Amino acid sequence: MKQIKTLNTVNLKESAVKGGCGECQASCQSACKTSCTVANQKCERNGK
Amino acid sequence: MIHKYELNGYRIVTDTNSGAVHLFEELPYRMLDYLEDKVPAELPEALASALVPEYGAEAVQEAYGELRELQEQGMLFAEDDYAQFAGMMKGSPVKAMCLNIAHDCNLRCEYCFAAKGDFGRGRMLMPLEVGKKAIDFLIERSAGRHNLEVDFFGGEPLMNFEVVKQVVAYARSREKECNKNFRFTITTNGILLTDDKIDFINREMSNVVLSLDGRKEVNDRLRVRVDGTGSYDAIVPRYQKLVAQRGKDRDYYVRGTFTKYNLDFTNDVLHMADLGFDEISIEPVVSDEKLDYSIKEEDLPAVFAEYERLAKVLIQRKKEGRGFHFFHFMIDLNQGPCAIKRLRGCGCGNEYVAVTPEGDIFPCHQFVGDDRWKMGNVLDGTFDLQEKEQFAASNVYGKEDCRHCWAKFYCSGGCNANSWQYEGDILKSHRISCELEKKRLECAIMIQAALAE
Repeated sequence: MKQIKTLNTVNLKESAVKGGCGECQASCQSACKTSCTVANQKCERNGK
Repeated sequence: MIHKYELNGYRIVTDTNSGAVHLFEELPYRMLDYLEDKVPAELPEALASALVPEYGAEAVQEAYGELRELQEQGMLFAEDDYAQFAGMMKGSPVKAMCLNIAHDCNLRCEYCFAAKGDFGRGRMLMPLEVGKKAIDFLIERSAGRHNLEVDFFGGEPLMNFEVVKQVVAYARSREKECNKNFRFTITTNGILLTDDKIDFINREMSNVVLSLDGRKEVNDRLRVRVDGTGSYDAIVPRYQKLVAQRGKDRDYYVRGTFTKYNLDFTNDVLHMADLGFDEISIEPVVSDEKLDYSIKEEDLPAVFAEYERLAKVLIQRKKEGRGFHFFHFMIDLNQGPCAIKRLRGCGCGNEYVAVTPEGDIFPCHQFVGDDRWKMGNVLDGTFDLQEKEQFAASNVYGKEDCRHCWAKFYCSGGCNANSWQYEGDILKSHRISCELEKKRLECAIMIQAALAE
């Protein structure tokens, strides 16, 4: 493509079907626990 | 659903339901103003008559073709078919616990949400027996979950450190028989940090949150001792020692709060970086708008501008090889968590609970002190499953504001306790927090664009 550049190869929909194991870190979003925005968390399965 | 914005010279388009992030040239970017929720096979007349005279028919056809291609690949205007997963949160095991090991504190920070350490319930330290029962509760309620989190919190947890050590030992003693892996974290104000505590924390805690607001004058204005004196000089050398001795594979955060008093908080972030810390978080204070230090609606433009300044400085420092992590700009566009995780929300009251020194169970630490939300007690074994289901429904598809928000899979629904406290309903969104979160996300994505060049 000439006029559009895509930054990532993510497919969230695929991840919905394969995901949900629940082993990853809880993502408390209160400021006092430093607002764990989910997007900055890791998938527990990555790197295994 | 898409979100488009221009920042720092980049035209960025995010596609909410696929998670795709694109950088657009000017022409296709302007085309989006003429498209609602899809790219039709035929070039819309309004689009053609507005843009062909300016850019020429060939360029318009070419750009339109690229939009069509992205749509066909499922990366633009992707359908929202996630609502079917929203019910998956019911009946979730409990996997994380905030253990309020001390409802007491040796600081009197002005903005403390915990009523200066005692949560309005009287100063008290958690007895070992309650800590052990809390661990038993977590193991029992975690069903098949292997990784369990326990965060030692307060008040100031170092005021009850012997119990922290013994609770850790007890949990470790049960790991093998129960097939569990405990991950401990601790949040401290640093006043009582000693060498032996640093050793223990660095050995046993997978994460440690070290409270510091930045520059000395900023920190010491609000983070004060009982006698009103500041804490900066005592804690900074201890934090530096802890971090220097901490393994590179172990997380830590130096974490501060900014208020209306330091809307130039980039200077505080940089101050912390210059102290040698490379894992930094600074959060906007969440407080009643009537208080002098509160971030109010009228402050948002200044805060947004400051986030942009911080983002640009961070890009520059990274390019110079002296970058650091600013927690709220960290984003993994490729390998972040799965969509199920993203729509689950924080899990409070469902996957995550807080336990007080008395053994009372609350949906999370932010609800502690408001007995309307008490869910049970680890000593008598009570646990309100009806309330748990109420929180299970508090996900991005249970919240009307979130369901239609472009940022829903990045943010995951915000803080339920803030929603309750400031909007009166856990299913509503705390507006100021939402606006700040969206701005941080825009900056975080822009940084990825800049670093990809």
